[in-house]
Amino acid sequence: MDYQSSELLRFTTAGSVDDGKSTLIGRMLYDSKSIFQDQMEAIEATSLRRGESEVNLALLTDGLKSEREQGITIDVAYRYFATPKRKFIIADTPGHIQYTRNMVTGASTANVALVLIDARNGVVEQTRRHAIIASLLQIPHLVVCINKMDLVAYSEEVYENIKEDFEKFAAKLDVKDVHFIPISALNGDNVVNRSEEMDWFGGTTLMYYLENVHIASDHNFIDARFPVQYVIRPYQEEFHDYRGYAGRIAGGIFKKGDKVTVLPSGFTSTIEKIDTIEGELQEAFPPQSVTILLKDDIDISRGDMIVRENNQPRVEQDIEVMMCWFNEKSLQPNGKYSIIHTTQEARCVIKDVRYRLDINTLHRDLEDKEIKMNDIARVVIRTTKPLFIDAYRKNRITGSVIFVDEGTNETVGAGMII
Amino acid sequence: MDYQLNHLKELESESIFILREVAAQFENPVLMFSGGKDSILMVHLAQKAFYPARIPFPLLHVDTGHNFPETIAYRDSLVERLGARLIVASVQEQIDKGLVKEEKGVNASRNGLQTSALLEALEEGKYDAALGGARRDEEKARAKERFFSHRDEFGQWDPKNQRPELWNLFNSKKQYGEHFRIFPISNWTELDVWQYLAMEKVELPSLYYAHKRKVFEREGTLLADCEYIEKRPTEVVKELMVRCRTIGDMTCTGVWMSNAQTTDDIIEEVATTRMTERGGRTDDKRSETAMEDRKKKGYF
Ligand SMILES: Nc1nc2c(ncn2[C@@H]2O[C@H](COP(=O)(O)OP(=O)(O)O)[C@@H](O)[C@H]2O)c(=O)[nH]1
Repeated sequence: MDYQSSELLRFTTAGSVDDGKSTLIGRMLYDSKSIFQDQMEAIEATSLRRGESEVNLALLTDGLKSEREQGITIDVAYRYFATPKRKFIIADTPGHIQYTRNMVTGASTANVALVLIDARNGVVEQTRRHAIIASLLQIPHLVVCINKMDLVAYSEEVYENIKEDFEKFAAKLDVKDVHFIPISALNGDNVVNRSEEMDWFGGTTLMYYLENVHIASDHNFIDARFPVQYVIRPYQEEFHDYRGYAGRIAGGIFKKGDKVTVLPSGFTSTIEKIDTIEGELQEAFPPQSVTILLKDDIDISRGDMIVRENNQPRVEQDIEVMMCWFNEKSLQPNGKYSIIHTTQEARCVIKDVRYRLDINTLHRDLEDKEIKMNDIARVVIRTTKPLFIDAYRKNRITGSVIFVDEGTNETVGAGMII
Repeated sequence: MDYQLNHLKELESESIFILREVAAQFENPVLMFSGGKDSILMVHLAQKAFYPARIPFPLLHVDTGHNFPETIAYRDSLVERLGARLIVASVQEQIDKGLVKEEKGVNASRNGLQTSALLEALEEGKYDAALGGARRDEEKARAKERFFSHRDEFGQWDPKNQRPELWNLFNSKKQYGEHFRIFPISNWTELDVWQYLAMEKVELPSLYYAHKRKVFEREGTLLADCEYIEKRPTEVVKELMVRCRTIGDMTCTGVWMSNAQTTDDIIEEVATTRMTERGGRTDDKRSETAMEDRKKKGYF
């Protein structure tokens, strides 16, 4: 296997309870030979103990004790498997209403959202909710798996009707790339191997899709953004005047010799060197972690941002976000919170709640604006100092923030900048 | 030009980002070093993250006293090469002071006793962040671990009350006396680790490669014959070609029959093997939720 050219793809899985999510993940792990003998033996024993007639592949994704006792998934769990082409990270999130927070968490870094629909039930409330979240979180690719096709006699008509329903609804969303695949997770149809029962289906298997979907342009390669994370000062004889700005490229391409501006000071300079332990790079792109050295000796510290002179982010204190609320204690109107954005931290006050979004219908509620756990709302905030922001649609890194309760230190909300 | 990293470089970049966040967000971090390949990887990544400066935190070894001698030799030469500071938290000392009680019998292990030595060392050094090389693919309780894992003042983990982690935004806020466990290589699998160590040509302790060793079998696992393990009369020692897949305390680290002489041989073996790496860990086999229960009490 040529592992030196294999890419990384992150995807989330969402579906209502019993749509077959665990079975599907188990099937992908099993058919891609990512299951080890001792894991298999463990779930065989458990299946037997529970009196199940066949080995339950869903048990492979079973997590913590409390979940096993209740038979549900309560938190985001990460799974891994690889094929010769790609390495996959699955953020496996539970489908219950009360766990919007987990779905949002899993979605935040995903390239692909995998939405599961039970062919017998078609598009239901939870399907819509998952698609809306995928759209809000700007997951670049959406793949809708219509599962349990074996229970509807592998009917093309059932598949087409569900597809049409979903498309009608998705037209209202901000999703660009949607794919549909009819599958049976239980029997393995169209998961890794092509289905013999559904020769009417001209598309690819789910695994082929995941291995080949074009993800190289999922990052923003246009707008150069470098949030400074840490300043490297070796204090060693041979690196006497070394002053390197360590960070991860959040957008665009930085080249040696580029003219840059540093925010917030506005000072300009030129990139002298892009450094790594292996030596100098001529250019750096997202999501590389590098160290940038500038020609001029200017005062730069964590939280500053290096950008290109002629392409700068917005520098603002009054910011509107789509917020997802995570905490049992409701969002406090006029409340103050800590806010974390790239490598910056500030405080903010909640100035206004514009509306609460009903994530089942997309209805904007202007009356009941109490923002409770798992609610999504459009909110106006004012920060104590300017942040260097882009719209979330343009850049998921410079366009996202989290809110922290100043009393309990809990992460209470996440925001996508508008 | 195609701006695309391969999966190993992308994992590397993510881990370096997290190591730098730790250096920036915490006052007094420490890197837990066991001498195993995962902690060797961590050190390698930390060197990259802060180059050309030295790694800005000390290494902490929780020493059960039951080590493979090769581990200690490797550790000491690494520390010297890095110019790093090494702190040893000794389980033996805890036993001598009567703080913990040694297990008795044939299956006795000091593995569970590590938690107490670790927590004491963290408290004594006033460390506010302990970097660990745990990976989510190792074990089911670890599949839900965060990169920044919050611990209360007793070092305990509460799986139901974890902070959501979104994008690359890490919340390190805590009350006085609390600390964090940080897992920068959460997203790596065993195979990723080996592929990366091969790509980077990192030197590893000889234990990882096939060598002749006196071993005996217990409940399907091969254990190294050593003075720390009491053998049953029925257990016979034989000499075999073996290697370690994980390196930990000698009493609970299984060895595997193998002929893998090079890192590439190991990659081949790992890619085709049918057993998980912790399958050789007798500490995980004690019950179905052994790891989860230990983690709640403050284990890595
Ligand atoms: N007939 C059939 N049953 C399925 C299929 N996929 C899942 N199931 C069954 O549906 C039930 C729920 O599946 P599970 O994977 O636990 O659902 P989850 O709650 O979404 O994780 C189980 O009894 C599965 O065996 C399928 O493709 N066909």
